[in-house]
Order: sequence, then structure tokens, then C-alpha cells
Amino acid sequence: MKNIKYLLLRRVTQIGLLVLYFGANAYGWNVLAGTFGSSLILGTIPLADPYTTLQVLATGFVLGADVLLGALIVTFFYFVVGGRAFCSWVCPINMVTDLANWLRRKLHLDKEEVNYRFLKRNARYWIMGLGLVVSAVVGIAAFEVLSPITIMQRGIIFGFGMGFAVLVAIFLFDLFGVKNGWCGHLCPLGATYSLIGKASLIRVDHNHEACTNCMACKVVCPENHVLHMVNKESIMVTNGECTNCGRCIDVCNDDALNFSIRNYFKEK
Amino acid sequence: MMANSDNNRRKFMATTLQSVGLTALGGLLWSGYSHEVKASPLVLRPPGAIKEDDFLSACIKCGLCAEACQNRETNIDKETGKAREGTLIMAKGGDAKLIGTPYFIPTQVPCFMCEDIPCVPVCPSGALDFASLANEKQALDINKARMGLAVVHKESCIAFWGIQCDACYRACPLLDEAITLEYTQNERTGKHAYLLPVVHDNICTGCGLCEQACVTEKPAIFVLPREVSMGRAGDHYVKGWDKKDQERVKDAKSQETTTEISKESAADYLNSGGEY
Ligand code: SF4
Ligand code: SF4
Ligand code: SF4
Ligand code: SF4
Ligand code: SF4
Repeated sequence: MKNIKYLLLRRVTQIGLLVLYFGANAYGWNVLAGTFGSSLILGTIPLADPYTTLQVLATGFVLGADVLLGALIVTFFYFVVGGRAFCSWVCPINMVTDLANWLRRKLHLDKEEVNYRFLKRNARYWIMGLGLVVSAVVGIAAFEVLSPITIMQRGIIFGFGMGFAVLVAIFLFDLFGVKNGWCGHLCPLGATYSLIGKASLIRVDHNHEACTNCMACKVVCPENHVLHMVNKESIMVTNGECTNCGRCIDVCNDDALNFSIRNYFKEK
Repeated sequence: MMANSDNNRRKFMATTLQSVGLTALGGLLWSGYSHEVKASPLVLRPPGAIKEDDFLSACIKCGLCAEACQNRETNIDKETGKAREGTLIMAKGGDAKLIGTPYFIPTQVPCFMCEDIPCVPVCPSGALDFASLANEKQALDINKARMGLAVVHKESCIAFWGIQCDACYRACPLLDEAITLEYTQNERTGKHAYLLPVVHDNICTGCGLCEQACVTEKPAIFVLPREVSMGRAGDHYVKGWDKKDQERVKDAKSQETTTEISKESAADYLNSGGEY
């Protein structure tokens, strides 16, 4: 049980949120309505996705105050809990890509390390910027046209239609194509939250003294370059690309990894 | 040492160039695709929707309008206590509309023109414009909605055949205003009257209740977006008998063109017996 604590908590959160969103449409619940693009808590507090908001602003449309306020609230929230906590605790696509990744390990598809020349992990930042440029040129929020995240979420709330194909495509890409292909290389939402998370307060802390160098953490981590300090230095994972998923903490049997609150004064 | 840093610099230049190039390629494909998917001129939007082009930029695809429509009090089935299917559909993949934006299909579920318009105030982005539906007292007035305009295809409308039908007329929430019945004599029988449905564009909201009510196999009356179903006479035609219409062109300057033919007066030209 110990080594799936955070995994379980995450699934409960992810699915719980989807149930609330679903109920808002199907049964008229008032707890959490809308979609990630923009939501409403208890009919009063607005939320909005920062990257979607930026795209709409890039088209030149002057957005309503509710969306702007909502985007600020969400940005602030993830600034505190760790930017990409959205990715591992909220985003439904995470369940698809985690499944692909798990199957990849089971099928030993990772034995052959392939070097993808064109696809680096920083591609997502280029895509993020490009999405804003294309939004400005074409006049519609460009990533929203393709976004598997909202397609999946709206699919669950309002019905899928052909949108299902996008999920299958991402699953296959992550399973047979590039390891962590979508979330770790392409997704501009993940990139936005990485930037927000660069400064976030809650982070994973490594205790080098306790580490037995088993490397279990690096095997499960979807962004394992962020764990460069493991068995080398007792410092925090400060890279914004860490999703705060806590899988590394789950699998560590030596209590060498734990969540902790960042102390800006201690870091020079 | 020198050679090494030179090498590094060259490598850096090459990868940068590659990234920029691939980004440009991606941008072109992406723009092209986005441009394609936004072209859906026959779509009907919720009440208060701003101009289609702006609507496509503005709508943040939250679905709050569709949820409000579905769960409005008037849509709860009294017997089962459950919500019926709402009017607004959130476009899915395969619907050939910009994905995630709300629209409706009158033959499935038309807009019932709710007096309190629950779908509009919830819109957080401004894609549905509260102000466009507000009357002098700053209260919402659904009669100001312009979702589309109904048009009648007279060849398939059985009223134009002389058969009595006023289903659309009776279904219209703006009874005897948006659709009126025009009486003319049926020359064929000599003793019956035609009761012809005529839509008035200054009143019709485009709710689609007429389309849903129409009795023909494929509705003879149907709602289209206003840009599609309305013509434009242009500035050349002025209603000389209408003071207001003359206002419109009071600053216009006349411009005369002289051609071979117009040198002579029209009457002379017709009387000259020439071939034309
Ligand atoms: S990277 Fe993108 S798709 Fe993956 S979990 Fe994060 S937001 Fe979702
Ligand atoms: S470092 Fe740990 S918490 Fe961060 S992404 Fe990797 S496994 Fe998850
Ligand atoms: S006015 Fe029309 S679209 Fe709006 S809630 Fe009522 S039925 Fe639905
Ligand atoms: S409420 Fe407004 S922003 Fe949200 S889906 Fe409807 S029209 Fe779009
Ligand atoms: S309901 Fe249809 S067939 Fe009947 S009068 Fe109206 S348009 Fe014509």
C-alpha cells in the first residue's frame, strides 16, 4: 500500500473532479461547472486556464473580467502547489499517458534507447510560443482546436463523437512512439505550467544520506532528468518540469524523497 | 581549444536553425488546419452571440451556456424530475463546427426563447453579449436575440399549394409578428384562399421553433444565420417614397456617365427603330 499512496490520491482527485464536472451538466450540480477552459466553483468563483486565456488574448479579443480573474486565481494556485500539479493531479490525459507508459515498461519497449533527433523535451516551449503566434494569425485559440485535454474532458461531460480518435492517437504515440512523448515533449499546457512551477513552493526534496542508489525513482519518473541530484546532493527538485506526482516518493523504500516546502532564503 | 569552441558554435547555430525551421513548418501546417476548421458558415449560435468571426476568437469553450440551457428550470421534466436534452450542443470532433463551441440544430431541439435567458449571463468570456439583449430598462429581452432568420421555400411549403397549414405560424413565440399569414385568392379553385406564411426579418429571432414544427418531410421553413439568409440591396436603390431611406443617401453625389447610347435620350433611342 505504501508505494501507491500518491498514485491513489491522484487518481481519486482526477476522477473526482471529472465526476463533479460531469454532474454539473448531467444533474445540474453547482460545485464545479464548465470545463478547464473556464469553470465556476459554487456558481461564484471563476477559474480559467492560463494558456487558453493567453491564446484568446493573442487573437486580439478583449476577454471578460471573469476569465481574466479566473486565470489569475489558477496561476496563483499552481504557483503555490507546484505548477505541473495540474498535469498529474487534474489533467485527464495524464491517465492515458500514464497507462501507455506503464504498458511500455511491462512490454519492455524501453530496452532500446532511441535518440529522437527532432524531438527534444524543450519542443513544448516552442509549441507553446507557436500556439500564441498561430492564434494571433488565424484569429482563433489555436491549441484549443487540437487539445486532447479539453477534447477528453468535454467528451466525458458532453459526449465524445469522433474526438475519441485523438486519445487513441496519443496513447499509441506514447506507447510505441516516443517515451513520454505527449506530456514530456509536446504539450504546451504542460510547458506553461512548467514555467509557473519554476518558482512554486511545494517541491520534492531529496536526502542523499538515506538514498541507496536503487534508481527506482528514475525508472518511474515521467521527467527523470529533474532527478539529476539523486544520490549526489541533498537538494530539492527545483526544475519546473517535475509534475509533483509523487511517484518517486511512492517507490522510494529508503525515505530519501519527500514533499517539502521551498525555502527561498536557504537557496542562495 | 579554438577549434573546439568553433565547432560548438557551429553546432549551436545548426540546431537553432533547425528548431526555427521546424517551428516555421509546424506553424504553417497549424495555421492552415486552424483556418480550415473555423469555416462553418451555416452554424446557429446561442442568443446574444457576437459576430461569428469574433465569436470564434472569444468563446473559451467552457460549456457553461450549454449546461445552463440543459439545467434551466423550464427544461426539467415535471414527471421524472430530470433535465431533458438541452438546446445547445458543444461541437465535437466530426460535427464540422469549430470544436468545443456551442450551437444548435432547430429540428433536434430549437431555442425556446426563455424569458430569463439562462444561457447568456453565465458566459464568462463575452462571446455571448449581455448588452446586446438588454432593453431600455437594462433587463434581458429575448426578443432582441438574432440567432438567425427563418426563410420559406415556397415550392415545398404546402400552404403555397393551397393546402391549409399554419403549423409554423402557430409555433412561433412571436405569434403573428415574426410570421404573418398573407391571404390571397386561389386562382385554381376560384373559391378558396391561400394562407401564406411570410417571415419578417425585423422580428424573427431565429429560434427555430417554426422549423421544428413544419409538417413537410424536410422543413419548408428553416433558419439560417443572418449573413446567409439576408440579401443586401446596396446603395444604388433608394426608396424615394421613404423619408428615412432618403436620409441614408442625402450626402451622396450624383455621377453621370456618358456612353454612345446615353448621348441620346432614352425615348429617342427606342423610337429610332434601330436594332438592339
Ligand atoms: S503535459 Fe499536458 S496533457 Fe500531459 S498531463 Fe500535463 S497538461 Fe495534461
Ligand atoms: S521527480 Fe518525482 S514528483 Fe517529480 S515528476 Fe518525477 S516522479 Fe513525479
Ligand atoms: S434561450 Fe434558448 S439557448 Fe438559451 S437557455 Fe433558453 S432555450 Fe436554451
Ligand atoms: S458560455 Fe460563452 S465562452 Fe462558454 S462555451 Fe458558451 S459561448 Fe463559449
Ligand atoms: S409549417 Fe411548413 S408547410 Fe406549413 S405553412 Fe409553415 S412552412 Fe409551410
